[in-house]
Amino acid sequence: MRRFLLILIPYAWLLALFLVPFAIVFKMALSDIAVARPPYFPQFDWAEGIWVFLAELDFENFVWLTEDDLYWKAYLSSLKIAAISTLLALLVGYPMAYGMARAPEQWRPTLMMLVILPFWTSFLIRVYAWMGILSNEGFLNQFLLWTGVISAPLTILNTNWAVYIGIVYTYLPFMILPIYAALERMDGALIEAAEDLGCSRLSAFWLVTFPLSRPGVIAGSFLVFIPVLGEFVIPSLLGGSDTLMIGKVLWEEFFSNRDWPVASAVAVVLLLLLIVPIVLFQRNQQKQQEADR
Amino acid sequence: MIRMSWFNTVSLTLGFAFLYIPMLILILFSFNESKLVTVWAGFSTKWYKELFQNEAFLSAAWVTLKVAVLSSTFATVLGTMAALVLVRAGRFWGRTLFSGMIYAPLVMPEVITGLSLLLLFIGIGLDRGVLTIVLAHTTFAMCYVSVVVSSRLVSFDRSLEEAALDLGCTPLDAFRLVTLPIIAPAVISGWLLAFTLSLDDLVIASFTSGPAATTLPIKIFSAVRLGVSPEINALSTLMIAIVAVGVISASLVTKRQVLRRQRDVQAAQ
Repeated sequence: MRRFLLILIPYAWLLALFLVPFAIVFKMALSDIAVARPPYFPQFDWAEGIWVFLAELDFENFVWLTEDDLYWKAYLSSLKIAAISTLLALLVGYPMAYGMARAPEQWRPTLMMLVILPFWTSFLIRVYAWMGILSNEGFLNQFLLWTGVISAPLTILNTNWAVYIGIVYTYLPFMILPIYAALERMDGALIEAAEDLGCSRLSAFWLVTFPLSRPGVIAGSFLVFIPVLGEFVIPSLLGGSDTLMIGKVLWEEFFSNRDWPVASAVAVVLLLLLIVPIVLFQRNQQKQQEADR
Repeated sequence: MIRMSWFNTVSLTLGFAFLYIPMLILILFSFNESKLVTVWAGFSTKWYKELFQNEAFLSAAWVTLKVAVLSSTFATVLGTMAALVLVRAGRFWGRTLFSGMIYAPLVMPEVITGLSLLLLFIGIGLDRGVLTIVLAHTTFAMCYVSVVVSSRLVSFDRSLEEAALDLGCTPLDAFRLVTLPIIAPAVISGWLLAFTLSLDDLVIASFTSGPAATTLPIKIFSAVRLGVSPEINALSTLMIAIVAVGVISASLVTKRQVLRRQRDVQAAQ
């Protein structure tokens, strides 16, 4: 009885507030927009029965998503932005993780905390901090003008560059921590062995260290790539009007156009897009767990 | 053997500069006299004074705090239960669905979670306000809590609990007196995680809040869209300070606990 209640309470909560809402999104994606309150059609009516209701549902919204350029361009551009910023985060994060793993042991907990600390501070604030830096009269331009690298201010805020910087900045801990975990476990004797056997330092890195850290690199890349695909805050604050990301399209479809059915269809397609990387990520994690055993 | 090479020193220095300089600039310019956030015009705390006179921000902060305390507490209770189910309950009907529902919200884009919950609340005719935000935050935070707690539960030695049962504890007492104290650090960090997730959330709160209940992130977002302002800098500085004090003191406490445990182990030997 007690076991039954223990299972039932969280189960029922998740069914009611996770699975059922999801089913409603699917249903909404098959509905049509209507000038009414709430703004969609059909409404379920007990008197008419379920079959009349189901007959009203159709795939018009999905056809609409393929017909209008905006949507597939937004999907492609989200994929592109997520891929580029994952690569940039890897380029910034790997040397940091490497440096942390090679730092004296008594420093490592402090370095770890320094990486995690920004992660606890508000996401919104960390994105906001870059608005003052990247604007035309911001600190970066002031600094570059002062050093004489450039003669006229660069436009960075409200372009995709600002979005990349914002993403790398906010998601960097997700990239560093798994790589650090993989590198820290590595046996330093392996490198010495490679060097004794005539490897140069660089080739020892490429032939020994990097392959051993690959699970961490893969995990970190997915941990950045997956959430960035649906990102809304960064493109809307740092990006420009031409920065297309699917999270932003969904938001605008819902709040500005008040087209709930199309917003739901966008959500369904975004979810389908996410399934592939999530399944790949899970397989990588499982393989890793089995290898550890 | 262990010696910092120049490459590691440079990459760590540059990396941490990248992580911290933006926030330092933000903090510095919250003390700026001028309304212009990019030109230094002397030290002043006037933006803090203005912030504390801003009714809209204060009431939003109150709503946010209320939502965060309530939702993280519910999420901790539900998440701990879910962790017990995941680790202990063995096989039951729909187990795969259950663990799927625990892990799925972790990777779900916030826009989708927000949209789906909003459609639910409208479907059942629940007025949007503090209650709906609490329900929404509890749902996604409980999944994080259950992941944190279950990772601790996996390494928990069940024979301790069995010993308590043999010595005449009821199962509930055994949980309260033996299991809970041992998993307490994980439960507390789960609560803290749920609390900060709730404080931080903009997207889900925007979907599930009504005009009666605006949270601080929603307020900040709408102010920030218009551009940078020293008042927001002051607010951000306060929030960064609170988090930094919290995280650093939590890590000091755990460090002391670890030291004490080491001493106890040594004394026992």
